Amino acid sequence: MAANTAAVSLTVNGKPVTVEVETRTLLVQLLREQLRLTGTHVGCDTSQCGACVVHINGKATKSCTVLAVQLDGANVLTIEGLAPADGPLHPMQEAFRENHGLQCGYCTPGMIMTAVDMVRRKGHDLDDHTIREELEGNICRCTGYHNIVKAIAAGAKAMR
Amino acid sequence: MSATGIGAAVRRKEDQRFITGKGRYTDDINRPGQGAIYFLRSPHAHARIKKIDTAAAAKMPGVAGVFTGDEFAKDKLGNLICGWVVLSKDGSPMKMAPHAALAAGKANYVGDAVAVVVADTLAQAKDAAEKIAIDYDVLPAVVDPTKAAQKGAPLIHEAAPNNTIYNWHLGDVAATDAAFKNAKHVTKLEFVNNRLVPNAMEPRAALAEYDDATGHLTLWNATQNPHVARLVIAAFVGVAPEHKLRVIAPDVGGGFGSKIFIYPEEVVCLWAARKLKRPVKWTAERSESFITDAHGRDHVTKAQMAFDADGKITGLKVHTTANLGAYMSTFSSAVPTFLYATLLSGQYEIPHIYCEVDAVYTNTVPVDAYRGAGRPEATYVVERLVEVGARELGVDPADLRKKNFVRSFPYQTSVASLYDAGDYNASLQKALQIHDYKGFGKRKRESERHGKLRGIGFATYIEACGVAPSSLVGQLGAGVGLWESAEVRVNPTGSVEVLTGCHQHGQGHETTFAQLVAERLGIPIDQVSIVHGDTDTVQFGMGTYGSRSGAVGMSAIVKALDKVEAKAKKIAAHLLEASEGDIVFKDGKFTVAGTDKSAAFGEVALGAYVAHKFPTSEIEPGLKEGAFYDPTNFTFPAGCHICEVEIDPETGDVRIVGWTAVDDFGTVINPMIVEGQVHGGVAQGVGQALLEHTVYSDNGQLVTGSYMDYAMPRADNLPSFTVDTTVTKCPSNPLGIKGCGEAGAIAAPAAVMNAITNALGTESIDMPATSASVWAALRKANRMPQAA
Repeated sequence: MAANTAAVSLTVNGKPVTVEVETRTLLVQLLREQLRLTGTHVGCDTSQCGACVVHINGKATKSCTVLAVQLDGANVLTIEGLAPADGPLHPMQEAFRENHGLQCGYCTPGMIMTAVDMVRRKGHDLDDHTIREELEGNICRCTGYHNIVKAIAAGAKAMR
Repeated sequence: MSATGIGAAVRRKEDQRFITGKGRYTDDINRPGQGAIYFLRSPHAHARIKKIDTAAAAKMPGVAGVFTGDEFAKDKLGNLICGWVVLSKDGSPMKMAPHAALAAGKANYVGDAVAVVVADTLAQAKDAAEKIAIDYDVLPAVVDPTKAAQKGAPLIHEAAPNNTIYNWHLGDVAATDAAFKNAKHVTKLEFVNNRLVPNAMEPRAALAEYDDATGHLTLWNATQNPHVARLVIAAFVGVAPEHKLRVIAPDVGGGFGSKIFIYPEEVVCLWAARKLKRPVKWTAERSESFITDAHGRDHVTKAQMAFDADGKITGLKVHTTANLGAYMSTFSSAVPTFLYATLLSGQYEIPHIYCEVDAVYTNTVPVDAYRGAGRPEATYVVERLVEVGARELGVDPADLRKKNFVRSFPYQTSVASLYDAGDYNASLQKALQIHDYKGFGKRKRESERHGKLRGIGFATYIEACGVAPSSLVGQLGAGVGLWESAEVRVNPTGSVEVLTGCHQHGQGHETTFAQLVAERLGIPIDQVSIVHGDTDTVQFGMGTYGSRSGAVGMSAIVKALDKVEAKAKKIAAHLLEASEGDIVFKDGKFTVAGTDKSAAFGEVALGAYVAHKFPTSEIEPGLKEGAFYDPTNFTFPAGCHICEVEIDPETGDVRIVGWTAVDDFGTVINPMIVEGQVHGGVAQGVGQALLEHTVYSDNGQLVTGSYMDYAMPRADNLPSFTVDTTVTKCPSNPLGIKGCGEAGAIAAPAAVMNAITNALGTESIDMPATSASVWAALRKANRMPQAA
């Protein structure tokens, strides 16, 4: 029996994309396997770790928990699209480097995408408590979060 | 100190690719024509495999091959091995049961792979796997290590009667018993060191490719030690000879030990790739990681500490049952023995120590090294006993520790370790001051005014790192030496590549190693590249674990740099028409002493390759030197961590309200990176103490099999940390480095549990101290505050 497939047209990092996918395809699989945008990572299978966070229509979303076929007409931004191709880094990216907010780098794209959305929702003056609460959906095993919190606070200010 | 040299908080070069999503982890790599492999795993913890019918699966769409353990066995490959032979008390070797990469005849834990499907896509492979029909004869299982060796427990391996792997010991039992007979006070504790699932955020992955034209196999693998993987797979399993197997560890997303070991998956991927003549790729799903990555810890211990009338420790006696799981993983035997008992003296002078360890098989995931590997377990024993001893003796816990510290070095402990250098009281005093220990009473009363309990706990830990002197570990049963390698390649244009046998999976070696080289050669740090991870490119190295990359890996680089400098001086002498003995190398320049005649490093580098100006019959052209460095001792990082908690007695909720860490790591290359290692280690130790619980049902089902049930520390479970250092340089390596990667995970569990038990006023609580167990402990101890 042939798998169910459907066409979906969406915008990814500013570029229009039309693909034929099996209807069971998750957005993260579309990004990683068909579009070869491997910056978005898979870290779990229960929608908790946040390594897969992207922005869909401006909102942080776990791409492991969205079917590609739900995204017809949608605007998706991944870590690769956060800064222009030949341009400077996004202030949040810069803040992660400056503050040693990453070690192995695996959770980092999801952390940065979550952080940028956090600023959009909570503003540029983020305190320790707010940042830690807002990171409930992002797991890091390397850093102990101390420097991630510092990075996000600094990045938030720099995004003004 | 220069802005990019030793001691500078240089920002990391490798971050550029990670923060832009351009990291290249194993699952990011795809090869033309690749197939996906799915591992069908036993759903039973203990079962005979009577029949496997793969006919229907083989006919499913996209399927390239379906293979069972019996078919794998036909190719007569070797088994996976544990490479460290530990002897029992009676001199007999450990009972290492055969471990085939695909189980045939019997499955011994939930997760044991019994068949594989290779198909065009993973979805097709999974669909086909559902059609494999397996006839299991389910057997009773044993998961509790204290029951595994008892009469009537189901036998897991014929090779290991009573499921016993070894009965090992260290120390003088008669002298220790005598010390206890004469003790003024004895503190006794029984506890569990809870089993942990490592959970690096990048799941394990393997991609194998066979080149039919050359008979050459390539393996991309999320491993901490590509050369060791290559050696074991070639020499023991025999999938390919070493020179026809290339192992590449690309970017690896965390390891913590779990990516040291050689697992069935990479072996089967290589075997299948050659069989099917197409690349085969596997990436673990997280719930698959839970049942295949080697777990950590899992000790059950009874321990007692003897004190004399002055509060000096006179003896320590420990019995531990160590659960090694269903098979012996690569390093497993050494973790509860040589990496554990040898640290039981802690920071103290303890004249008599005796430790017995019984290691057993159970029908659970194999257990092996996980951040700290034996030292967190040892620290927990010693630091809980000392803290409880202080409480029982009515002595301040900091004072009791200080009274018992080793003060004169070198110090030969009674458990083989020879401590080289340290100042334990310096770390303690600094920590007490930074933490404002004196103010604790006031903070406690303030908490009580708000209906909360408050507690404070210490862990003055020591660890043995920088594994390890080769002939020493060889005598102890290790199958390999634990030296390290480096090659420093100076290019004609004066830039430098350093090929290191170490591997980074978060530790920042591309930056820290470059700091060392840039400072030594006096060249800009962006002129230095650190190369690692590819067995075709880099000479044999032992990899990264055991906090060894600074102490051992950088020492190898120093040795190679010494050779580069020596040769460059010879060449510079010819270029500057002076005698070799008059050449001084400083700040990137070769100068004729007492003159202003000089040549920059880059000039000498070019001169070495152009080879016009020196006698090539005496000095070979080129400037490239290698070195292998074998440590002469372990290193002994040590320090003091203080944890302060506030507990809500209504809910049992524990909040860490203060964490002070003062560690002595010897020379620090990059303080920003070292602090990050402490943060991460403490977070894992706190996870063990408060949250992480690996639960098996009686019949061997892993109940906590995903992030739904296994609580990983999140940002709001942790405080910010106050981290500082004291320094006593390590006398046994050129840079004086002790290492820092595991310290936090070693110190934290004891510090947390000492704080919680201090707040609760009862010792009857095990890790993890979840809200539920804290709540229950309070009620059991009748320690509820009175209702208003």
